[in-house]
Amino acid sequence: MGIFQMTKTVLRNLAGGPATRQYPAVPARSCSLTRGHIVFDPSSCRSCSLCVKRCPCEAIRLDKEAKVWEIDRMRCIACGDCVEGCPFGSLTMEQSYHPPVTEHVVERYTITYVKPERPAKKPAEESTKEEGVGESA
Amino acid sequence: MPERIIVPFGPQHPVLPEPIHIDLVLEDENVVDAIPSIGYIHRGLEQLVQKREYTEYVYVAERICGICSFIHALCYCQGVEHIMKIEVPDRARYLRTIWSEYSRIHSHLLWLGLFADGMGFENLFMRSWQLRESVLDVLEDTTGGRVIQGSCKVGGVRRDIGQEKLDEIHRSLDLFDQQCRGLGDVFLNDDTVKYRLKGLGVISKDEAYDLGAAGPTARGSGVAMDHRETGYAAYGDLGFKPVVETTGDCYARCAVRVKEVYASIDLIRRAIEEMPEGPIDVKVKGTPDGEYFSRAEQPRGEVIHYLKGDGSKHLARARIRTPTLANIPPLVKMLPGIQLADVPIVVLSIDPCIGCMER
Ligand code: SF4
Ligand code: SF4
Repeated sequence: MGIFQMTKTVLRNLAGGPATRQYPAVPARSCSLTRGHIVFDPSSCRSCSLCVKRCPCEAIRLDKEAKVWEIDRMRCIACGDCVEGCPFGSLTMEQSYHPPVTEHVVERYTITYVKPERPAKKPAEESTKEEGVGESA
Repeated sequence: MPERIIVPFGPQHPVLPEPIHIDLVLEDENVVDAIPSIGYIHRGLEQLVQKREYTEYVYVAERICGICSFIHALCYCQGVEHIMKIEVPDRARYLRTIWSEYSRIHSHLLWLGLFADGMGFENLFMRSWQLRESVLDVLEDTTGGRVIQGSCKVGGVRRDIGQEKLDEIHRSLDLFDQQCRGLGDVFLNDDTVKYRLKGLGVISKDEAYDLGAAGPTARGSGVAMDHRETGYAAYGDLGFKPVVETTGDCYARCAVRVKEVYASIDLIRRAIEEMPEGPIDVKVKGTPDGEYFSRAEQPRGEVIHYLKGDGSKHLARARIRTPTLANIPPLVKMLPGIQLADVPIVVLSIDPCIGCMER
């Protein structure tokens, strides 16, 4: 009963300082699981295209011939499916959010992974085989 | 007889976070009739089910609503799992329950804040949202997303919560419970709030039932209907009793939500204590063929996902009924007889989520 139910909380809050933080001067709260943005490592990607298949938003494009891996940050919903699916650990989820942009640009990377020499097999065969293995996994 | 005039309420109105339009027919200051119209933010998400694979549609289902996102995903996954006859592991069921209840608390605290803001009680609004922040922090710590958790998938959940984290959550619940009770005390016992809410927007038990009210709107009128009673996810193991008030006014609907926050805290506590060990997902093979009405209890009431699969990897049809749609007819019934100045509070009292309703 009463009209001063809030007073205790108000007094405590007055003493306790602000509950918010001065972002961006103080960085936003994040934790180890926070899904911020995808980081791609071109030196280990083997162009298996599993990430392309898994992405629910068609945010990733891969050109195997040209060795180009692209991500459209405006489409990406940071679900983390591609990270889970990449068998070679080329994708990681960073905790910081991608900064806002004023222009729609697709981020483009040139894959620098070089296949170790294996003289017995032809490169073309190898790439198809890898894809098959990935699918059944 | 005084002259009748029509005052448009919405689609843009300070108390409305989302667009709904109501034509209020007034005699002087008194509302005699209300004519709602909806359809401002239809996004066509149901159609999208034919373009996205059934496993991918979870992400879309989750984005139907920004507040009950987890429960939408859960409801969708349950539907697909039922069609495909997938048995979800126990631990996944418990984790789903914990996240559902956290979503419920965060939704109710958000609503309580908005409601306090609608009453003009700014302090209370800030306090509610301050508490809500700690819930969002837990959600982020355990799933990686504050609002869109992305943790439910067909066949289970995508992330586990470690025992250490569970213990930490369990410990933090005591303080949180105490804080929520402090907040609830203001909503339930403060005279300012009581004067503003009691006897406002009354809807009787029979009317609420006949008009198909859902969730706290129905329970505030004494209709003890809560889908959690049917025991989906882990509610069957945990035991659950719906929170019911009988007066059917705005105060009752507010009280139901306040007490549901307490109930949810209790459910989370018990779910953590009884959390079974084991896997968190099962491998999903094949495609859904068949149809199912999947139901789950959202903070606003019961949500229904009707899913129909034809054996391809895309579902043939999805139809979603959200609780806000069910609560519009009771709202129209509540409005006549009240004063124009009370309309915002009464509209807010059903917790309208228009984004959800129009998909
Ligand atoms: S995080 Fe999700 S949406 Fe973004 S690129 Fe990876 S799979 Fe696609
Ligand atoms: S899944 Fe990994 S290795 Fe395969 S194409 Fe994508 S980034 Fe490259």
